[in-house]
Parts: sequence; structure tokens; C-alpha cells
Amino acid sequence: MIDRAVALNVVQTCLRDTIEQLGSSGPNDIEEDTVIVGQGAVLDSVGVVSLIVDIEQRLEMDHAVTVTLASDKAMSQRSSPFRTVGVLADHICSTIAESEAA
Amino acid sequence: MSDKEVMIVTGSRKGIGRVLAETYAKRGYIVEGCSRGEAGWEAENYTHHQVDVADERQVKAMITDVARRHGRIDIVLNNAAIASMNHILLTPAASANRMLEVNVTGTMLFCRDAAKVMMRRRYGRIVNFTTIVAPIALAGEALYAASKAAVVTFTRILAFELGQWGITCNSFGATPIMTDMIRGVPQEKIDAVVNNLAIKRLGTPEDCCNVCDFFINRASDNITGQVVYLGGIS
Repeated sequence: MIDRAVALNVVQTCLRDTIEQLGSSGPNDIEEDTVIVGQGAVLDSVGVVSLIVDIEQRLEMDHAVTVTLASDKAMSQRSSPFRTVGVLADHICSTIAESEAA
Repeated sequence: MSDKEVMIVTGSRKGIGRVLAETYAKRGYIVEGCSRGEAGWEAENYTHHQVDVADERQVKAMITDVARRHGRIDIVLNNAAIASMNHILLTPAASANRMLEVNVTGTMLFCRDAAKVMMRRRYGRIVNFTTIVAPIALAGEALYAASKAAVVTFTRILAFELGQWGITCNSFGATPIMTDMIRGVPQEKIDAVVNNLAIKRLGTPEDCCNVCDFFINRASDNITGQVVYLGGIS
């Protein structure tokens, strides 16, 4: 189990890395309300794929947590669980909690 | 991180998979193989995992273990497959589903999870095994051929989805090779297939290594989305 502050830090770090790797101009500060998916997003669709994979890998390598963030349930939600940095951090925590409870 | 290239070979307990795993381990690659049962053989540079390729959790666990121990995955040879020589009128749904699970879903799972590791280094080589029985439309192999045709289409599209991360994806279709998979096939049926090839002989595991060598070569970075069949089949 990881707490929300750790999840938030992982999202922020990975998003910073992804923006840098894609060579695109990102925001100066990455806040909880920084948009990842939808209008005003800082990434394109390929960037979102890279970000999600990077987060899964980092959780596995640095925190020994194996999690699939793009599950059928996540992808069918009316409101994307990837839409902002804060929402994605919440999604990470709830997905880990659900998989541990299973 | 390992300074040697790390290769995954599925279905490495016997047959072509074993020859590929042994050959590349001997050449100095770190080879991580898998099958549902124990390997029953050992070699330097070779580690065996007991994995059902159609089981998402087991595949993920194997890839995580390989990535943790070596820090990289360079090559995947998706060889694991099952076949069932059976007329379609006598093919149970359970047999069809299992073939699709192992041959299609199993291939997809290894591609997906290995690619996530390959992406970090922006390099990867994926070779998915198909068969000539799909393009020659061999009677009695409808489901097996269909599953392998799916692998070819999957691989062609995968090439476009993963190309931006330096990962190439190709398919390879062997002619009949004398392994357990075809040992139950009547000799006259095998002879009929071989007689319709441009090169009229059975395939060999060495033929398979030859094609894999080409696909996994670092210089083959612009060879992707292709399918190569042995014996003159196209």
C-alpha cells in the first residue's frame, strides 16, 4: 500500500519525465489540477500511454507494487481516471486498495 | 543492469523453443524461458519460469521478475502455441477457446508487458511465431490457422503502435518441423504439404534461428510489421 502523497509524487515525477522525453513544452509547475486528458491537456494520446506505462513501471520498481491502471473498469468510467494529476493519484490509490482487497 | 542482451523465449521446454533458447544462451544472450511445466533441461545463461502464457498474472509476474533481475528486456520470441488437428465439425468450443487463449492472448500478453520494459530504453525486438498453414489454408487446421493469422495481423498493427519507441515487431512462419506438435499428423498429410513447397523439405530449428537472427539484429531497426514464411510460401 502507498499513501496518496507518494502516489501524487510518482505522478508528478513521471509526468515531468514524459513531457521532457516528448520534447514538448509543459507547464512550469505540475499541480494537482494539471490536466492530463481532455481540453487543455499537457500530453497527446501517445504521451498518455507513455505516462501510464511509466507510472506502472515506477510503482513496480521503486515501491514493489504491481498494478494495472488501464483496466476495463477504468477505461469504461464516464469521467477519465487520468484527467488530472490529482485524479490520477486517487485512481492509483484506489486501484491498489482494490487489488489488495481482492 | 545487465550488460548482455536479455531475451525471452516462450514455450522453451521442448521443440523449436528449446533449440532457440539453447542456441541463444550458448551465444551469450541471457535467456529467460517459460512453459507450463519444468524445463527438464539446464544451460548456462538460461533461467526457466513455470508460466501459463494465457494467464495475465503469471505473465506479468515473470516479466517483473526478469526486469528486476536484469533491468532490461531486449528481445521476445513468442513461440509458445498449441495446435489441434481436427475437422471443424468435430472441434469442441473449449478446444477452440484454449487455442485462441494460448496462441493469441498469450502472444499479446508477452508483447504488451515486455514492451513496457523495452520502452524505457527505446529499444526492442519482438518476433511472433505464426505458421504456413494459414496462408496455404490447410484443411483440418482451421482454428490453429485462424489463431496464427490473428497473430500476423496483431503483429502488423503492433509494429505501428510500438515503432515510436524503437521496438520492431515481426512474424515468422515455419514449414512443418518434426516436433511433438506435428508428431500425430499422418505422414501423407505432411508429405502433401512439403510437396507443395518451393523447397521440398521439412523445416529445421536452424531455419528458425536464421530468420530470428535477421529480425533481432540491431541493424534491422527499419524491418518491422513484416511476415516471413519458409519454403516459398507467401
